[in-house]
Amino acid sequence: MIAADRPVQRSVESKLLYVDATGRIQSVPRSSLVALLQPGDVVIANDAATLPASLTGVHLPTGIEVEVRLAARASLASDAVLRFNAVVFGPGDHRTRTEDRALPPPLAPGQHLRLGSLTAVIEKLLGHPRLIALRFENSTAEVWAGLAQQGRPIQYAHMPQALQLWDVWTPIAAQPVAYEPPSAGFALDWQLLSAFATKGIVFATITHAAGISSTGDAELDQLLPFDEPYRIPVATEKALRRACREGRRAVAIGTTVVRALEHSASRYGAVLAGEGVADQRIGPHTALRVVDAILSGTHEPGTSHYDLLHAFTDQRVLRRADRVLETSGFRTHEFGDSVLIERASDKYSSDVRRCEADVIFLPNARTGRTVRGAYTSRFSRTPAHVVQEPRRLSSARRLVGCTC
Amino acid sequence: MQTDMQTRVLITGGTSGLGLALVRELTARGARVAFVARTGERVAAVAREYGAHGIVGDVAQKQNIHRIALQAAGLLGGLDVLVNNASDLGPTPLALLGDTECEDFERALVTNVLGPFRLTKALLGSLAASAREGRGSVVLNISSDAAVNAYARWGAYGSSKAALAHLTRIWNEEMAAHGVKFLALDPGDMDTPMHALAIPDADRATLKQPSISAREIADAIADLLPVALPSAVRRAS
Repeated sequence: MIAADRPVQRSVESKLLYVDATGRIQSVPRSSLVALLQPGDVVIANDAATLPASLTGVHLPTGIEVEVRLAARASLASDAVLRFNAVVFGPGDHRTRTEDRALPPPLAPGQHLRLGSLTAVIEKLLGHPRLIALRFENSTAEVWAGLAQQGRPIQYAHMPQALQLWDVWTPIAAQPVAYEPPSAGFALDWQLLSAFATKGIVFATITHAAGISSTGDAELDQLLPFDEPYRIPVATEKALRRACREGRRAVAIGTTVVRALEHSASRYGAVLAGEGVADQRIGPHTALRVVDAILSGTHEPGTSHYDLLHAFTDQRVLRRADRVLETSGFRTHEFGDSVLIERASDKYSSDVRRCEADVIFLPNARTGRTVRGAYTSRFSRTPAHVVQEPRRLSSARRLVGCTC
Repeated sequence: MQTDMQTRVLITGGTSGLGLALVRELTARGARVAFVARTGERVAAVAREYGAHGIVGDVAQKQNIHRIALQAAGLLGGLDVLVNNASDLGPTPLALLGDTECEDFERALVTNVLGPFRLTKALLGSLAASAREGRGSVVLNISSDAAVNAYARWGAYGSSKAALAHLTRIWNEEMAAHGVKFLALDPGDMDTPMHALAIPDADRATLKQPSISAREIADAIADLLPVALPSAVRRAS
């Protein structure tokens, strides 16, 4: 495929490869997306804004220049930004292919990195010489200001020009928690959302900390995607439950949406509002519980994004799709063209698809009254499901949140 | 106490005049407030005094807009209310249009029209997300009677505020379906540093206190948020 090397989110030339549930493939302009969706479909997008997660600075023990790419943190909480997992590169920048980047100096716990106005200490190595847990020795406000002033969007050699935040924020970008853009959402704009409404298509969102897509190191890339925290709003849970009961489809905009929704449903039987951490891999053997179709970028075979598409349709169909992408001038990477893949009818797994989350009745510790609760609260000691919206949740789920 | 139930507000021009009064009023009503201003020391002082999140930035600088949006949405974990308050008078002392330097007019337009447009656009995703989650979502643009009346010597400011008022109406028309409400309000002639700059010899006793306007504006915001929202910036009783 051709590398999309300019940061244009939506172009009149953008193409869409449509793979329907029977495996039929057609190439259409991406502007006709709305025509391929059905009234009643629930379209779910990831509304995460993207952090300027690349920080350049100095490894203080050696004085050697490093690039630190923030890659994960434990939650989406706005005040929990002092600890990150990060991938470290040596001198140089994105214009060198990640595979060819200089290695950083040997890293060890206790060493300090000066990253502009920020200082970080390496807390530990995470099973790889370039993957570290770091802690900023600054205040929360200083970390946000430092990221805003000095951070740059993570980017790769196929895009020589320096990206600005506005290049990587989708039109619906909200809370800044992603490390790389949830780029399937580049296809959305406010005009399209209005067209959805006109056609009776429901629009909903989740917030998912989309992680880095490549490290340039085969061993590290094997670990991708890292665990990614996500949050599902109550409105999205409700929209999906209603659609499920009425036999309407769930269409995910991007792989991160599939990962979050399927993670929630695999834990609770159906999608449940609240915060969780997606730690599963999705591939050919995943039985999808929620998502019926995916709009995604065009991904190269061998990436975790590409593996995920196998949950929707089989290898033969994807091979045919790859050939069309190659021969029809499709563009790849985050600013490239898109695919819309409907879940093949033989990927239907009725035994795992349910509309209602598992609940049991629990006594409320404070009032003594019996309330509805997610079943895992009974069995898991760790907070499987941290609920962030107590006001809008039933008291039962509030209980789940509070007992963490 | 920080909870998800508190209304999350961003105010531009938050270290003097009406903006400062709004920081004071909205923090007192229990909102989580972030504000923007240009001078680091003033920002730090106001942040400390009112327990608000201070952001150093200039809404007239294109390069600053996403940095401000990043910090606001990052620090607050989203955004329910945006108050575009920061304003530029144009030429000072005020001048007839024929005597107005183009650069002064440009600065008024960039600060009073383009800046609010850019910041609103950068935060539109956060605002719409709040609306989808039933928290309500409001953009309040500070206008002026100079946006309506043709006062001599208020050409740059008046026309920029007229543009902002019209921009507000069109935003509101377009975003109503997404649940984001837009409102332009005239706070009246207030005893503020900006007013002193415009009319140095005004009788200050006849001017409105910015705290009064801040209370009225906070009431207007509360009226546009869902009544069920317990964290809504409700009328102080």
